[in-house]
Amino acid sequence: MTALTILLVLVLLLVVFGLLFRLQILTSIFSGTFTRDIGMSNSVNAILMIVFLVVGGAWFAYSFVENFNKMNPAIASVHGHQMERMFWTTMAVIGVAFVITQVLLFGYSYKYQHKEGRRAYFFAHNNKIEVIWTIIPAIVMASLIFAGWKAWTRITGPAPKDSVVVEVMGKQFNWLVRYPGRDMKLGVINYRMIDAVNEWGFDLSDKSALDDFTTNEIHVPKGVPVLIKIRSRDVLHAVYMPNFRVQMYAVPGMPTRFWFTPTLSTDEMRAKLGNPKFNYELACNQLCGGSHFAMKATVIVDEPDDYQNWYASQQSFSAKNPDVLAAFQQKAKTLAQPVAAEPEAKETAPAPLAAASY
Amino acid sequence: MSDMTPKPNLSPSVEAKGGLGTAPVPSTEHGDHLLHDDHDHEHHDQHWLWKYVFSQDHKQIAKQFLITGMFWAILGGTLSSLFRLQLGWPESSLQWLTPFLGHWIQAGKLNPEFYLALVTMHGTIMVFFVLTAGLSGTFSNFLIPLQLGARDMASGFMNMLSYWFFFLSSVVMFSSLFIETGPAAAGWTIYPPLSALPQAIPGSGTGMTMWLMSMALFIVSQLLGGVNYVTTVINLRTRGMSMSKMPLTIWAFFLTAILGILSFPVLFSAALLLIFDRSFGTSFFLSDIYIAGQALSNQGGSPVLFQHLFWFLGHPEVYIVIMPAMGMVSEILSTNARKPIFGYRAMIGSLIGISLLSFVVWAHHMFVTGMNPFLGSVFMFLTLIIAVPSGVKVFNWLATLWRGNIRFTAAMLFSIGFVSLFISGGLTGIILGNATLDIQMHNTYFVVAHFHLVMGSSAFFGLFAGVYHWFPKMFGRMMDEKLGYIHFWLTFIGVYLVFMPMHYVGIAGFPRRYYAWTGFDSFSQFADMNKFISIAAILAFLAQFIFVFNFFYSIFRGRRASQNPWRSTTLEWTTPIEPGHGNWPGEIPAVYRWPYDYSKPGSDVDFIPQHIPYSQTQSSNLPYEQELAD
Repeated sequence: MTALTILLVLVLLLVVFGLLFRLQILTSIFSGTFTRDIGMSNSVNAILMIVFLVVGGAWFAYSFVENFNKMNPAIASVHGHQMERMFWTTMAVIGVAFVITQVLLFGYSYKYQHKEGRRAYFFAHNNKIEVIWTIIPAIVMASLIFAGWKAWTRITGPAPKDSVVVEVMGKQFNWLVRYPGRDMKLGVINYRMIDAVNEWGFDLSDKSALDDFTTNEIHVPKGVPVLIKIRSRDVLHAVYMPNFRVQMYAVPGMPTRFWFTPTLSTDEMRAKLGNPKFNYELACNQLCGGSHFAMKATVIVDEPDDYQNWYASQQSFSAKNPDVLAAFQQKAKTLAQPVAAEPEAKETAPAPLAAASY
Repeated sequence: MSDMTPKPNLSPSVEAKGGLGTAPVPSTEHGDHLLHDDHDHEHHDQHWLWKYVFSQDHKQIAKQFLITGMFWAILGGTLSSLFRLQLGWPESSLQWLTPFLGHWIQAGKLNPEFYLALVTMHGTIMVFFVLTAGLSGTFSNFLIPLQLGARDMASGFMNMLSYWFFFLSSVVMFSSLFIETGPAAAGWTIYPPLSALPQAIPGSGTGMTMWLMSMALFIVSQLLGGVNYVTTVINLRTRGMSMSKMPLTIWAFFLTAILGILSFPVLFSAALLLIFDRSFGTSFFLSDIYIAGQALSNQGGSPVLFQHLFWFLGHPEVYIVIMPAMGMVSEILSTNARKPIFGYRAMIGSLIGISLLSFVVWAHHMFVTGMNPFLGSVFMFLTLIIAVPSGVKVFNWLATLWRGNIRFTAAMLFSIGFVSLFISGGLTGIILGNATLDIQMHNTYFVVAHFHLVMGSSAFFGLFAGVYHWFPKMFGRMMDEKLGYIHFWLTFIGVYLVFMPMHYVGIAGFPRRYYAWTGFDSFSQFADMNKFISIAAILAFLAQFIFVFNFFYSIFRGRRASQNPWRSTTLEWTTPIEPGHGNWPGEIPAVYRWPYDYSKPGSDVDFIPQHIPYSQTQSSNLPYEQELAD
C-alpha cells in the first residue's frame, strides 16, 4: 500500500514537473528552434525552490516527530544516559545550523532569481565576515570536542576494581561466553587447543581455567559495573549492545574490552516497555561473513541476588567435560614439563584499552 | 583585494543583450588567429584509432573517463537496487531474478553472501570507479588545460596510460562479477581477516584476488593522472595565470591530485601486504586464527594495522571525491548568480585547510576498533576541526547567492542541490566525529545516511552539475535544459526521501551490511521505513535514465552551442566551439584578471573574461587594477 502511494506521488510529481515546464521538452529538442531564455522556467524553478523548502521541511519535521519514539533504543546503562544527552544536544546544535543554512540557501535562491534589469551586487570579499563565521563554528566545535573528550575518557577509562568480569568471544557465527568461576580469574586459553568440544581453547593445565564456566546467554547484575572482555577467534566481529550504548570490536589476536553499568534489569525493562518478550540483544556489528546478520546473543540483566544465585549454580567447563580434562592430565603426565602457555593468550597480555589507565 | 562598496548608480539597461558567445570587449589578440594555425596541422589525418581510442588529447581522454564512469554508475546503481529489493521486502521471493543472477538465487531467496558481494561492489564501484575516476578523471582532464590556457596535459602519453590502466582495472573488476565464487564480499573496506581467508567467505577467494589486482591497476592509473595534473598546473599555466588567478575548479583539482598522490600509495602498500598474507603465508594482518576446523599458523599480525593503512587513503579519498565537486560548484554558482564567488581567498584557504586536515583524521573510522582511546581523543579533536573550513565554504556559497541575479540552469540547480546535500550530510559528521557518540552510531545506518549524503549524493550532484555546465564545451551542443530540470527535481527529492529516513533507522541502531534484520527484535520496528527507502531509492535510480537519454541524445541531436553559452569568464570559453587538439587554433590568450569579474560596477556587460586586459575596461577598474592598466 505504501509502495503504491509513493509510486503514485512520484508519478504525479513527474506529471507536475512536466506540465510546469510546459512539455516543451520534445518540441524544443526536435525542432532545434528553442532559444535559451531566462524566463518562465527560471521563475518556475525559483518557486520550486521555495516549495521544496516548505514542503520538504514540513515533511521532514513531521516524519521526524512521527518516528521519534521508534528511534531511541531504551537506555539501560549509566553512561548511556550521558551519551543520550550529548547526542540530542549535538542534534539541537546541528539542527539550528541545518535550518539556518537551508532556509538561507533556498530563500536566497528564490529571492535573488533572475530579474530583467537587475544587476547582481559585486561583493567579492569581506574579511570581517569571514573571521566571524570561522570563529563562531570553531567555538561551537571546541565546546563539543571538550564535552565529547571528557565523556570519552571516562567511558573508556579503566573499569572499577569491583567490576564483574565476563568474556565473550566472537566466531562465525555466534558468540561464546565465559565467566571466571569461583576464583574470579579467567584461565589461560590458546587458540591452538580449540576443537569442536573445547570451543574456547581452554588450557586446562592452567589451574585458574579449571573453574571457568561457559554459557549461551550473557548474565550481568544490575547496578554493578560490568567489564566485558572481548576476543575473536577467526575474523573481526563487534560487540554491539544498543540498549547499553556499548560497542567494541572483537579482534583476533588482540583482546579488547568495554565496561558499563546496567541500570535496569530485564524484568524492569519488560515492564517499562510493556513488552513481556523483550530481551537485551548483543548484535555483531562488523561484517564477518554470510550469516553476519544472524549473529546475536541474548543479554540478561539480573537483580544482584539473582545473579549471585545463578553464578553459584553454574558448572565449570572442566566438570562438564571430564574427558577433555582427562586428556590434559594425561598429557601433563607424559611430558616432563607442563605445556607452556602461549604468552599472547595470557591474561596479562597488553589489552589496548588498558593503555588509557596508565 | 577589492573595494567593497558597490557603485549604486549603474544603469541596468546597459547590460549587453544578444552578445552571447562573443567576447564582450574586442580583443586584438583574437585578430591574428589564422596566422598561428600551424599547431593544428599534424592532427588532420589521424587514424580514428588514435583519435578516439588511444587518444592523447586531454579532451578525448576526459570523455573516455566520463563514459566509462557512466557505465559504472549505472552498474553500481543497479546493484544498489538489487540489495534494496532484499532490504525492503526480505520475505518475498526474488525468483524472477534467477535469469540474471543464476545460482545466487536459491529457492527464491538472495544468497546472503551474494548480498554482501552486492554491497561490496556497489561501494567499490561508486567510490573508486565513478566518483574518483569518473569525476576527477573527467573534469581534471577536461578543465585543467582548458582553464589554465594549456595546449594539453604535461604528458599526453601518461594521460593516455592513465585512462587505459583505469580501463584495464575496470575490466578486471567487471570480470570478477562473473566468477563462480562471486566477487569480493568483505565490504568495500576489505578488512582482513575476512578478506584474507577464503574459508571465511567465498568472495575472499578469486573474487578478492581480482579486486586487489584491479585496485592495484586503478592506483597506477590514479598516480599517472595525479602526477600529470599537478605538473600541468604548476608548469603549463598561460601567461598571466598566476596561482592566485586560477579558477577554484583548478585549485580543487590541483589539491585533489596532491591528496591522491600522497594517499593512494598507502592503499597500494596495504593491498600488497594483503596479497602477501593471502598468497605467501605472511602474517601482517593475521594472528591467532582458528577457522574452518583448523588453527592457522599466522601469528603476531594486526587487523587494526590494515585499518590504519586503509583509512590513511580512505579518508583523504572522501575529499578526493568531494573537492572537485566543490570546485566546480563554486565556479557554477558564481557564473549563474552573475556574482563573484564570495571570499575567493578564503575558498582557497579552506580547500588547503581541508586537504591538510584530511590526512590527520583517518582514525575516526576506528574509534571502537580496539585502538588506544587516547588516539581516539586526538582524532576526535582533529576531525571536528575540519567542520570549520567546511563551514566557511558553505557560508561563502550562501554569500555568493546573496543579492545575485540567479539563472537556474540545470547545472545551477545541481550546484544548489550540492550545497544543500553537503550541509545535510556534513552536519551529521559532527555527531560521528565525536568518539563518544560514535560508540553507538558506528557501523549503523546513521553512518550510511551520513556519507551517502555528504560524499555520495553531493559528489554525484557535482558531477551532474559539471556535465550539464561543460557539455557544450565537450560536444559543441547543449543538453536539453527542461529534461535537466526534471532530472534534478526528481533526483533531489529522491535523494532526500532515501537518506533522511535512513538516519532514523540508524539512530535506532540498525547495523549496516545486514542481509535482514528479522533475527533481531531490536531492529525490526522499521520494516515499513525500509520498504519506503527502497521504493524511493529505486525510483531515484530510474530517474537517472532521463539524464542518460538526455546525454546521448544531445551528443548527436542537441541544439548547437554558441561559443560562450553561459557568459562565463574563464578561458575554456575562448576556444572554438569544438576545440581541436591544441585547444586554441592561434596563440593562447594571456590572462590579466581573476576569474570572477561578474557584474562588475562600471562595466556595461555583466561579465569580463579573464583574458581582457585592464586597459580595455577603464570604466570598471578598481583603483589598484587601474594602476596595473596604466
